[in-house]
Amino acid sequence: MQANFAAMRQAIVDGAPENAADLAKQALAEGIAPLEAIDLGFVPGMTDVGQQYAQHKMFLPDMLASAEAMKAALGVLEPELKRQGEVRPSAGTIVLGTAKGDIHEIGKTLVGTLLTANGFSVHDLGVDVSSEQFAAKTRELGADIVGVSALLTTTMRGQKSVVETLEREGLRSSVRVIVGGAPVTRKWVEEIGADGYAKDAVSAVALVKSLLEQKPVLSSVK
Amino acid sequence: MRPKLQLLDNQLVTRILDEAFHLLASLGTKVGAPEAIELLGSAGATCENGIARIPKDLVQRALESVPREFFLHDRSGSKVVHYGGDDVHFDPGSSCLKILDSETQQPRLAASADLVRLVQVAEMLPQYAAQSTAMVCNDVPSEIGDWYRLLLVLWYSGKPVVTGAFSAATLKIMIELLAADSRGADQLRRKPRAVFDVCPSPPLNWSEFAAHNMIELARAGVPAEIVSMPLAGATAPVTLAGAIVQHAAECLAGITIHQLAKPDAPVVWGGAPAIFDMATGNTPMGAVETAMLDMGCAQVGKSLGLPTHGYLVATDGQQIDTQAGMESSGSAFLGALAGINMISGAGMLDFLACHSIEKLVIDAEAISSAQRLISGIQAQTESLALEMFAKTGLHGDFLKLKETRALFRKEQHFPSAVIDRSGDANAPDILERARRRVQELIESYCKPVVPSEVEAALLEIAMREAGAIGMKNLPAVEFERGEDWQFVASQLTRSERH
Repeated sequence: MQANFAAMRQAIVDGAPENAADLAKQALAEGIAPLEAIDLGFVPGMTDVGQQYAQHKMFLPDMLASAEAMKAALGVLEPELKRQGEVRPSAGTIVLGTAKGDIHEIGKTLVGTLLTANGFSVHDLGVDVSSEQFAAKTRELGADIVGVSALLTTTMRGQKSVVETLEREGLRSSVRVIVGGAPVTRKWVEEIGADGYAKDAVSAVALVKSLLEQKPVLSSVK
Repeated sequence: MRPKLQLLDNQLVTRILDEAFHLLASLGTKVGAPEAIELLGSAGATCENGIARIPKDLVQRALESVPREFFLHDRSGSKVVHYGGDDVHFDPGSSCLKILDSETQQPRLAASADLVRLVQVAEMLPQYAAQSTAMVCNDVPSEIGDWYRLLLVLWYSGKPVVTGAFSAATLKIMIELLAADSRGADQLRRKPRAVFDVCPSPPLNWSEFAAHNMIELARAGVPAEIVSMPLAGATAPVTLAGAIVQHAAECLAGITIHQLAKPDAPVVWGGAPAIFDMATGNTPMGAVETAMLDMGCAQVGKSLGLPTHGYLVATDGQQIDTQAGMESSGSAFLGALAGINMISGAGMLDFLACHSIEKLVIDAEAISSAQRLISGIQAQTESLALEMFAKTGLHGDFLKLKETRALFRKEQHFPSAVIDRSGDANAPDILERARRRVQELIESYCKPVVPSEVEAALLEIAMREAGAIGMKNLPAVEFERGEDWQFVASQLTRSERH
């Protein structure tokens, strides 16, 4: 059984969705608890991938393939988890989207994929999202983090507007706001009163983890 | 298709060679070594007052016997450097006196420990197919300066070596060291690890030392690399085409002497041509005209089917700055596009007077880009884009395609952290990034295994020669097991007695 965990981890590192799904099915057939397969087999694979990416041994396409493999494994394991009446504890709830007027989605989607693969519940609102939509989804889900992407200097203002809307609607104290996109700087984060930014998708995962570690009780405040 | 850049049309190449042949037959070349005069005279050249007029047919006979290609090998005997065709390799520049101190960024005289550091860094960088005897070690007596550099490179590296001798006597010692390294003169001839730069003096002067070197190297079967150095406007015609004629004539004369000494011995059509800067009297190695000379000279050599060499990737500035990056990367690209087999010069500043290990790691990035450039644009997939578009439609999500993952490593070069793509406005500057990279490479360096009998043979030669001039130790030669000089010496003496 122990050997299967290594194979599961490797299937994620290899970015092999079919193999990952097969291993997940095999694990269930062998009576391994879905959560055990996720936490001891597949999640360590994503952690390994993140480390290799940081060392420039793996690159974005590798990481996306790994995320796909993770998705395939979860696609097998989560229904079984549900059937058993269990819920995989979410690492946090994230609302993502591209700022109003901006239709660039690659960066934001990549962040969402990696966050999902790392155990977060991600709700992607897509592109050209108004600050009101961000606020409504945040309220609906009791989100821990709102992530607003903007590629253009002209649409960066939309990030500020999301912070202001969350403030106006009384949600700001219960949610962390992170921003991303090529023109975003630390100075901009300070200027608009956001909580952080990351230079790439991998750093975004680290940022989200660190923000949630800083405010473990906020979810219960909501 | 491999991208290639040629500056001369066929007609101009023919004219250059015609004039070079004409120069050798009419004006002739100075030849200092009596042995070379003897070889040329008996083969049909007219030799008077130290000048040899070499008829075209004699030169052509020599050209016929020159190998069109050869390899330099690493210590394990594997072929690493291919001299021939359009293959391109790089090695650090050679023989400068100074080093730009890593800490102060001020030039100072180089010592053996500096050469060892440079060798360790070059050993770890795949961009350098060969090492060079890069610096003169000012902490050892000048009379052994050449072989001592080679000893250190052999001691700390397994790669092929571009080197050169400073005198006829020390050339013998260097060949002896290489034979010891190869475990015998025959093995050295069969699988040479080093090539020796030999420099005629411009214009058209094969000095006694240079001509003698060519003969010795040919007979030892150790490849010779002619480094002809016309300075356009001072010691060569001011026109680039005229300087290339002189380069060709000097190379042709050298090849003739070399092949008369030993037909079929490997020799390289190489050089370090430069323009002479009429404003300062300097010889700018970073000037575009200098790069053009290298390209033109190499093209002429290639037209004869010969292995080629050039001197590029250097800067004339004193510091690691934008000028250094511009001149070094520009000339790396041009040299690579010209298909020059061995391009020396990386790491060097100040008109080749100074080395910098930090610059060597920065230049390695330019070299990677140049190598990527000459690997060209290839059709990697059956349909170039249609199949990929068929999968993504107009959604544009190419990042997730299997083709992307399968091919991005072939299509894109990934630089080291020397190249800043962090997007961080507070990222360290290029010098600091280079310093960190140097440190990282030195920390990951592992001394290649030198078989104990080879180590002993190298030491025996080194101690004999160093002892003869009263040296009490071998600076920067460290022993694996921590033996000191006296201990090793006594061991060797004991083994001799047995």
